[in-house]
Amino acid sequence: MATAPKSQTENKSEKEVLLRVEGITKIYDGTVKAVDDVSLEVSKGEIFGLLGGSGCGKSTLLRMMAGFERPTKGKIYLAGQDITDVPPYQRPINMMFQSYALFPHLSVWENIAFGLKRDNMPKGEIATRVEEMLSLAQLNKFAQRKPHQLSGGQQQRVALARSLAKRPQLLLLDEPLGALDKKLRETTQLELVNIIEKVGVTCVLVTHDQEEAMTMCSRIAVMAEGYFLQIGEPDTIYEMPNSRQVADFIGNVNMFEGVVDEDEPDHVTINCAECTHYVGHGISGHSGQAVGVALRPEKIMLSKDKPIGKYNWCEGEVVEIVYFGDHTTYHLKTPTGMVIKAQEINNTRDLSCGLTWGDHAYMHWNDLAMVVLTH
Amino acid sequence: MNKFFQSLFSGDKLVIGIPYGWFILLVAIPLLIVMKISLSEMEATSVSNMISWVDGFPTLKLNFANYQFIFSDALYVKTYISSLKYAVLTTLICLAIGYPFAYFMARSPKHLQPMLLMLIMLPFWTSFLLRIYAWKTLLVSNGVINNILMSLHIIDSPIAMMNNSFSLIIGMVYSYLPFMILPLYANLSKLDLRYLEAAADLGASPFKAFWLITVPLSKAGIIAGSMLVFIPAVGEFVIPELLGGPDTLMIGRVLWDEFFSNNDWPMAAAVAVVMIALILVPMAILNRAEAKLEEAKS
Repeated sequence: MATAPKSQTENKSEKEVLLRVEGITKIYDGTVKAVDDVSLEVSKGEIFGLLGGSGCGKSTLLRMMAGFERPTKGKIYLAGQDITDVPPYQRPINMMFQSYALFPHLSVWENIAFGLKRDNMPKGEIATRVEEMLSLAQLNKFAQRKPHQLSGGQQQRVALARSLAKRPQLLLLDEPLGALDKKLRETTQLELVNIIEKVGVTCVLVTHDQEEAMTMCSRIAVMAEGYFLQIGEPDTIYEMPNSRQVADFIGNVNMFEGVVDEDEPDHVTINCAECTHYVGHGISGHSGQAVGVALRPEKIMLSKDKPIGKYNWCEGEVVEIVYFGDHTTYHLKTPTGMVIKAQEINNTRDLSCGLTWGDHAYMHWNDLAMVVLTH
Repeated sequence: MNKFFQSLFSGDKLVIGIPYGWFILLVAIPLLIVMKISLSEMEATSVSNMISWVDGFPTLKLNFANYQFIFSDALYVKTYISSLKYAVLTTLICLAIGYPFAYFMARSPKHLQPMLLMLIMLPFWTSFLLRIYAWKTLLVSNGVINNILMSLHIIDSPIAMMNNSFSLIIGMVYSYLPFMILPLYANLSKLDLRYLEAAADLGASPFKAFWLITVPLSKAGIIAGSMLVFIPAVGEFVIPELLGGPDTLMIGRVLWDEFFSNNDWPMAAAVAVVMIALILVPMAILNRAEAKLEEAKS
């Protein structure tokens, strides 16, 4: 998993806050809580991600920022101004819609010029700005085409150019890559980030795709059932999830259930049915507390020889081998019945580990590889 | 030879053949017969034969006198123009009333829409003639409307609303309105509302978004509805006969008179052919626009 461009977040504390969401709640039909008392701050120049499964409230939150939905409670501020009750057509915010919503009866040129014309910009200036946007999105050749004459990737770039044409203070992206196939998505992701950084616009991005959020965003809010589970930089969310739910949602994870045994300031040990974990740092829990131990598959090493020592290893039988080309994921069944996933990088061309179905193997990991989760 | 018959009766040709056969039998041949009659002369009680035998040779005798008469006689020209005028007026008024009607129907809660559609079609359950007669009782000098207005002392003498262009237009708009609303509703209910959100997002007020997005995207519905109203309205006979007056000239009535009063079939046929030509021109233009729209969609 790639990490996000760091440069944008390094001086976060010094940067001014552009968007402030304060205690936003959205209740549909008097009973359904789509968004539940959410607050967040987005700094200027940030690409902020809202990540969650379908129905978690991320799109509703985005639509409230755009002005399509009125919050039931709470306030939204843009550059210090309360915009909660400002209609969408008066907000200096533009949105790139999921599946684009390009006007089918207008050409690419007219689609991009649509917002500029609404501002009564002089004709000459509109032409200059549209040309500028066309070059930015590499669409010059397609200016006179209609949206249906373009490929998915080209349509996506038109949508981006249209949403950037008015030079909005804030750009909202609703599943910007959702309509593209996997291969195209990877190249478009970087293209999109490059264009956004070139323009320097602040973004809020909604996605259900964790990879997309990881690669594009400087900070991510993981959402479920209308509230934030965790807000942080991509690597923080991945390596230091604050709950089982986040650990489970982002990437693959092996979750051991255990009880804290030794609780020292510099280390703890946790007894699980499968093994005893030795964690090389202190935790906020106490001896005798039931905890979860999350361990990512890529942090597990496999061997046929029994590891030395009594901590941080367990044994299992290979029940499944999933080959991805660049890496292989082995599923191992422990004597207790738990299936543990271990990922091995295929850094040589000979078959790694030499493990096959039914083989007995040992898994081991170092004492900083796991995350202890108290809830 | 065998192969020829096989290809002639193959499945796909048969499928295409059915509508073509239908068209030839029920549209093309009758139309040709009407055209043939229009070029013949009237002989006592029957139409003359086009081909006569002179000295053992077949001679084609075409009579263009009817057409010459139509275009030289001021009454016919005036009637055609007035027919087109009433048809255009009816179409425009139907569009003006029908568009907001269809728009709000398409925007109303999903569970109410079948009921609203039902209400649009409800008048069809009553005989068309009955409904036109009902208008008569409303509009005549001692009719319902005049009586109410007079008893409320809003007017002193009855307003002339009957047997003039007012009553004619009311009757035509009333009768043809559903044919405008239905295709417009079908079109507007399919409109992707995200386009309107995108327009709002880019700074278009709801009013601007309506004119710049909703109306252009419903062009196909506007064209279909206008065609469904305009074409029958040009040749309308019953409504001008029942609600029109001496000043409301319409070609349908002239046609009726030629056929049944004057018993001049060739003349009546010529009037009908010219009418078809008059309808065909705007229809071809609209058809072309619609084909262009279809092309843009696919």
